Amino acid sequence: MPNTTASSSSMNRSVTLSRVVLYAILLIAVVFYLMPLVVMLLTSFKSMADIRGGNLVSIPQEFIIAAWDKAWSSACTGVECAGVAPFFWNSFQITVPAVLISTFLGALNGYVLTKWKFRGSDIFFGLMLFGCFIPFQVVILPMAQTLGWLGLANTTTGLVFVHIVYGMSFTTLFFRNFYVSVPTELVSAAKIDGAGFFTIFRRIILPISGPIFVVCIIWQFTQVWNDFLFGVVFSGGDTQPITVALNNLVNTSHGVKEYNVDMAAAMIAALPTLLVYVLAGKYFVRGLTAGSVKG
Amino acid sequence: MAPVSKLAYRLLTMNTSNVVKQNSASAVSDSPQVSTGGSFDFLQRWLPKLVLGPTIITTLVFVYGYVIWTGVLSMTKSRFLPNYNFVGFLQYEKLMDNDRWSVASLNILIFGGLFILICLVIGVLMAILLDQKIRAEGSIRTVFLYPMALSFIVTGTAWKWILNPGLGLEKLVRDMGFENFTFDWLVDTEMAIYTLVIAAVWQSSGFVMALFLAGLRGVDNSIVKAAELDGASMPTIYRRIILPHLRPVFFSAFIILSHIAIKSFDLVMALTGGGPGYSTDLPATFMYVTSFSRGQIGLGSASAMMMLAVVLAILIPYLYSELRGKNNA
Repeated sequence: MPNTTASSSSMNRSVTLSRVVLYAILLIAVVFYLMPLVVMLLTSFKSMADIRGGNLVSIPQEFIIAAWDKAWSSACTGVECAGVAPFFWNSFQITVPAVLISTFLGALNGYVLTKWKFRGSDIFFGLMLFGCFIPFQVVILPMAQTLGWLGLANTTTGLVFVHIVYGMSFTTLFFRNFYVSVPTELVSAAKIDGAGFFTIFRRIILPISGPIFVVCIIWQFTQVWNDFLFGVVFSGGDTQPITVALNNLVNTSHGVKEYNVDMAAAMIAALPTLLVYVLAGKYFVRGLTAGSVKG
Repeated sequence: MAPVSKLAYRLLTMNTSNVVKQNSASAVSDSPQVSTGGSFDFLQRWLPKLVLGPTIITTLVFVYGYVIWTGVLSMTKSRFLPNYNFVGFLQYEKLMDNDRWSVASLNILIFGGLFILICLVIGVLMAILLDQKIRAEGSIRTVFLYPMALSFIVTGTAWKWILNPGLGLEKLVRDMGFENFTFDWLVDTEMAIYTLVIAAVWQSSGFVMALFLAGLRGVDNSIVKAAELDGASMPTIYRRIILPHLRPVFFSAFIILSHIAIKSFDLVMALTGGGPGYSTDLPATFMYVTSFSRGQIGLGSASAMMMLAVVLAILIPYLYSELRGKNNA
C-alpha cells in the first residue's frame, strides 16, 4: 500500500516535470519565431547611434520614427530617392486587379470543371495542374519576349497579365475542389427547370461560395504581393513592386548602411500581408493546408 | 507558391468518384435541351466551352508552349537576344562544364537536403508538442505560422541584419558576456549557404507543423486509446502507431518543401545575393543571372530546363504512386 502511493506521487512529479519541459521547449520555439519580427521593429525605431551602441534586442533609448519616414518617402531605391511609397502603391495597382480577375476566372473555371463537364475537360484539368508545379524560370524568357511584342514590357498591365495567367491554375484548383462537394443534383434540377449557365452560377453557386472566395483571395493576395521573380523580370524602374524596391534599397547601398531604414522598409513591405494574416488567419491557414492532409 | 502540390493530391482523389455521378447528371439534363432546340439552348451548350476556352488557350500557350519554347532556346546560340542558330545540346555540355553551375547544383543539394530535413523534424516535433492539450495552443500556432505570410525578400532582409557580422547576433552574444564569440557565416564562403537554410527553415517550418498537426488531429483516437490500455508508452504509440499513419502527410510535406527549395530565388537575392562570390548561387539565381545579367539566354534556358527536369523527377513518381494508391483502395 505505501508502495503504490509512493510510486503514484513520483509519477505525478514526473508528469509535472515533463509538462514544464514541454512548455519550456515551446517557449524557446516561440522566441525563435518571434525574434526576427521583434528585432525588425526595435531596429526600425532606433537611431543609427543607438544601433551601434546597443544590440539586436536592446530597447531603443528613444523611440524615433525618422527611419520609417525616410524609408517611406526619401530612401534611395537605386537611382531614385523617393522612398518605397511609390512602389507600395505600384504593388497595390498590380495586386488588386490580378487577384480579383484571377479569382473570378478561377470561380467560373471551377464551376465549368465540376458542373458543366464536357469531353476533354477532365484531361484539361490534369494538364492545367502542371502549371502549378513548373518552376517559373522555365517560362520567363518566352514571356519577356512576348510582353515586348505586345508592347507590355515594363508595364503594370503586363505584370498583372502575367500574374493572372500563372495564378489561374491555383484559383481554378481552389474552386474546383470546393465545387466538387456541392451536390450536383442542385444544379441538374435547376437545369431541368430551364435555368441557364449564368443563372445557375449567380443564383445557386455564388451564394454558397463565400468561404472559398475568402480563401482564394487571401492566397492570391499573399502570392502576388510577395512575388519577386515576376516583378524583377517584367517591371521597369517606375512600375516595380515593393519587393523589388525593398531588395534594391537593401542591396544597392551607397555610403553608410542605414539598418533602421532597411528594417522600416521591410516592415512596410510586410505589413499588408501580415495584416491579412492577423485579421483572417483562419482562412489563410485553410488555403495553405487545403486538401493536403485529408483523403 | 508552395502548398500547391498538396492540392494535386486532392484533385486526384476526387476525380474518379465524381466522374460517375457527373455523367449520370448530364444525361438527365441533356434531354430537355435537345428537344427544345433554339438559339438559347445552342448558346447554353457552348457556354461552358466558351468560358473555359480562354483558360485552355492560355494554359496551352503560356505553360506548355513556353516550356517547349524555352527547350528550343536551350538548343540555340542565343545570347542577349534569342536567335535560332541551333547547336544541339552544346549549351547543356557547357552547363555541365560550368563551374558556377556545379556550385549551384551542389548548393541546391546541401540547401534543399538540410532545409527539407530540418523542416520535417521541427514540424513533426512541434506538432506533437502542440498536440499535448497545450494552453494557448491557438496563439502559439499563430506565432509559428506568421512567417509564411511574409515575402522571402522581407525574410532575407531581416535575417541579413540579424546575421550581420559585427552588429548582429555576434554583438548580442558578446554583450551577454561571451567576448570572443564570432558568427560571420554570412561573409564566409564555406558557411554562407547555411544562413540560407536558417532563414528558410524559419519561414517554412511552421507550415510543416500545421500540416502535421492537422494530420495528428485526423488520427483515430480509439486506436490510440486501445494501445494505451495495452500498456504502450506514449513514445511507442507515436513511433509505432501515429507516425506511420501520417505517411501521406510526410509525402506531401516533402513535395511542397522540395518545390520551395528548387524555386528558392528571392531569399538568396535578399540574403546573400548569391555571394560571397558565387558561393551561395542556386539554380534559380544562376538562371536569372545567366539570362538577364550576362546575356547568355541559351545557357540560361538550358539551366531552366534542368530545373524543370528535377521538379518532374520528384513529382511524377509522387503523382504516379498517389494515383496507383487511390485505384487500389
